[in-house]
Amino acid sequence: MRMQIHHLLRLGRPLIVAAALALSALLPWPAQAEMSLIRLTPEQYLRTIHDIFGLSIRVDDNKVEPGFRDEGLLAIGDRKLTVGSAELERYETLAQEIALQVVDAKHRPILLGCKPKAEDAADEACATQFISKVGLLLFRRPLTAAELQQYVSTHTRGAAQMHSFNTGLAAALSEMLVSPEFLFRVVRSTDEAAHPGTLQLDAYSRAARLSFFLWNATPDRELLAAAQSGRLMTAAGLQQQVDRLLDSPRLEDGMRTFFIDMLAFGGLDSDPGIDALSIDTGFYPKFTANVQADAEEQTLRTIVDHLLYKNKDYRDLFTTRDTFLTPALAALYDVPLPRQQELGGAVPWVPYHFSDSDPYIGLLTQVSFLSLHSHPGRSSPTRRGKALREIFLCQKVPPPPGNVDFSLVQNTSDPRYKTVRQRLTVHRNEPMCAGCHKIMDPIGLSFENFDTAAEYRRSENGAQIDASGDLSGKPFVGVQQLAQVIRDDPATTACLINRAFSYGTQRKPTAAEQSWLTRLQGQLSQSGVRWRDLMRDITLNPDFYTDVVPANYARTTSTLH
Amino acid sequence: MMGAIKNLSRRKVLRGMLGGAAVTVGLPLLECFLNENGTAYAATGKALTPCFGTWFFGLGLTPKLWVPKQTGNKYTLPDHIGVLAPLQAKMNLYGGMQVFLDGKVNQNHISGAQCQMTGIVTRTGTEYNTSFDTLIADQIGKRSRFRSLEVDCMGDRRGSWSARGDNGKSPAEISPLALYQRIFGPEFRDPNAAHFVPDPAVMLRHSVLSAVSEQRQALTQQVSAWDRARLDEYFSSVRDLEQKLQVELEKPAPLPACTVPQKEEEPDIGQLIDQVSKVNRQFAQLIAHALACGQTQVFNVSRGSSLSPLRERGQTSGYHQMTHEEPIDATLGYQIKCKWYAEQQMAMLRDFVQTLDSIREGDGTLLDRTVVYAFTDHGEARLHSMKDYMAFTFGSGGGRMKTGYYLADEGGAATRVGLTIMQAFGLPNSDAWGTETNHVVKPFSEVLVAA
Repeated sequence: MRMQIHHLLRLGRPLIVAAALALSALLPWPAQAEMSLIRLTPEQYLRTIHDIFGLSIRVDDNKVEPGFRDEGLLAIGDRKLTVGSAELERYETLAQEIALQVVDAKHRPILLGCKPKAEDAADEACATQFISKVGLLLFRRPLTAAELQQYVSTHTRGAAQMHSFNTGLAAALSEMLVSPEFLFRVVRSTDEAAHPGTLQLDAYSRAARLSFFLWNATPDRELLAAAQSGRLMTAAGLQQQVDRLLDSPRLEDGMRTFFIDMLAFGGLDSDPGIDALSIDTGFYPKFTANVQADAEEQTLRTIVDHLLYKNKDYRDLFTTRDTFLTPALAALYDVPLPRQQELGGAVPWVPYHFSDSDPYIGLLTQVSFLSLHSHPGRSSPTRRGKALREIFLCQKVPPPPGNVDFSLVQNTSDPRYKTVRQRLTVHRNEPMCAGCHKIMDPIGLSFENFDTAAEYRRSENGAQIDASGDLSGKPFVGVQQLAQVIRDDPATTACLINRAFSYGTQRKPTAAEQSWLTRLQGQLSQSGVRWRDLMRDITLNPDFYTDVVPANYARTTSTLH
Repeated sequence: MMGAIKNLSRRKVLRGMLGGAAVTVGLPLLECFLNENGTAYAATGKALTPCFGTWFFGLGLTPKLWVPKQTGNKYTLPDHIGVLAPLQAKMNLYGGMQVFLDGKVNQNHISGAQCQMTGIVTRTGTEYNTSFDTLIADQIGKRSRFRSLEVDCMGDRRGSWSARGDNGKSPAEISPLALYQRIFGPEFRDPNAAHFVPDPAVMLRHSVLSAVSEQRQALTQQVSAWDRARLDEYFSSVRDLEQKLQVELEKPAPLPACTVPQKEEEPDIGQLIDQVSKVNRQFAQLIAHALACGQTQVFNVSRGSSLSPLRERGQTSGYHQMTHEEPIDATLGYQIKCKWYAEQQMAMLRDFVQTLDSIREGDGTLLDRTVVYAFTDHGEARLHSMKDYMAFTFGSGGGRMKTGYYLADEGGAATRVGLTIMQAFGLPNSDAWGTETNHVVKPFSEVLVAA
């Protein structure tokens, strides 16, 4: 191939054009491909580097634009992100650091796969071999001949300038690591003639979508080989890969990343993320830094154990008594734990079963929910009610009106209104406020037995707490009954299914897809809402591998232009 | 004589003309390179580059208490903003202004700030557009190592209101230590150093980025129409980074006011007032030194998202919640605690601006060639009001603006302040700015210096 390129280049410019056209026929994507971009998240960037080059490659602080939530998910907001100046500066620094580690004395015997003829000069053969190999994994598709030539040239120039094969190779690698083909997931797709406005992903884009959805990782060699051979475009080939990915322990990584997004651990509107929680330890001394560090992990371990290892129904996450605790969490929940944290030792996570007489039940009474949606020094039924509707039922609560005045009801020292319930009731009588608050507060008030730090209490300011509430007309008393109401609400299952599909495709479902998702909800509600079943159903549906032309854009049907 | 490295073109680097050889330039350290006033380079008479920055403070001020009784340049500063008295002569205060929603839903704590920075109020809170600081950076920051610097004092990377294009705001640096490393770490080239050696490794990096840039046309032709803008912005970022490396390969012009700041310990980053104040002071030092050393010309400072989770230690809820929950005192007629919070923010603003003013440059200070624009999200936070906005500018931008004024424009568009600043910096196409009812053509001409 390279000999052909050199020959053609020597024949002059007209033939260079012809060569380019000929080469286009050898491109790993269809000639009429649309090309769209989805920026890698910091976690995907880190995982990709470690998957390709190993865990011993140090990646320091790749935190860039944290993204924003759109239609309930950061994954959808990611479609709108680009790489700004400060971010590219950070990525370029990381590229240098990573590349220099890859070629250092410790790593190059393992990673390069070849030895140069001389350490102080270029070696195009060895460089070509390495660049082809990593290029496939970094760009999630084979390099084109032109790309290969470009990066080998960078190696040659760099090696000559710095009198070092390794430095030249690092330069080529760093160039790939700042390329948009790496920093963005490039989605190539073609028109679907039968359904105008719908784009069919090509094989490599299909591999990437599948891998990032199920594992939150770049496609491995086997998946890329299935794409390259065309097997991934067949029903049987797709099923084989889906089954392989679902059977892998890496499924846990994908599940964790999904739930971190769905449960808004990174922040939801005015509620900060778990990392940014500022619960006042003056009021809640048990809410230590260890509790804050453990909160997210408790919920994720509960979910992973329940859905993956025990293969249980998603709905039962709201009523389960099983979880995992650390000594810090056990102190907060006021339960005994047989293990202690050894000084400097690993955090001991212990499976724990809350008894039926314990107030803690399901995800809704865990710290990660209760504290994340509270004020720093007191609980907030409004925030908790809003969060429950938006996170678990996918119901959007409108923002407050422009000229809202809360001062009517928020005097916490007024002896007439000792409890939050009493103050919020007055609030809900205001016509300007009632419309939204009646869909949030009745839910949130049922959580009032749990303070900001998720500790249980029976009274507030000496008055007994009334934890009764209703969800769209269904009455309940306390979180134990609320949990059952949420468990049985069809919206709970529908929300999970919609979020999963939206997360994987990074867009809202179309009307046709929504119909299918509704049918799926019916099926799974009968058979059990089990994670692997849901993932299998979504990833075997052809619609999962389509994109939609955004509104206001004309369809492009030309060849490479 | 001031030696200089000839401009390194990309071709020269690719061809390795320097071959990585050291190029040494001897400079007489004691010679003065500025004119007598310290406002221009002695050799060329070229003025020192002006600087611009924004300083966002959430939740405004206590209504009416900040409003001076007189307008013009002989007004008495009200007690509510009395902490700014040492800076009054170098400050302009603008009041009475409005942000117009034109029928759109008020995205509380977003629409107001968005409009003052971009000239546009969008339909949703997730949309954003190019902010005018980036337009100024394009005008004055082309030869800077950093096109601009964004920092947040409350640990919120999303706190910045700066954006280039409509694909998200620039992330803010939250760690003073990380910012120190970024500006004054191993890649920093002291403009006052006697010797300069271009780093061959930087030359190679520059060469690599040039190769990435050369893919622009091919990729732009392939990318779908709806993502073209995002790819364009990526390549703009590549260009910015090439520029940064180019600067690092050239001997910088000496800047007598430039000193490397002390490297301080990383502070506690959080939402408590004492924490935020400390981070604000550390960022002020770093930004001031970065400006004095010519590392950037533009900066943006914020304190968390506009919802301002700022909190006093021991309080059950933060500033934002207070604005909605604290009753108005029947005797005093205002929210006592909220007033206190607002004054804490004004003290932080004073600290920041005074840090710039503390760096001497000839007869003046760094602040004298800077304009700092301090703005907020609501005229009255309690009601999410889009009326009665206040804004400040500090500094004259090197004589481009007059200072010491209070100007009131009752019911006028708040975008007038941004327009005034852009005209002061001589931006092309700045005879008008903003969209719909926020579209303005009339700057605050009282503070503009005739060209």
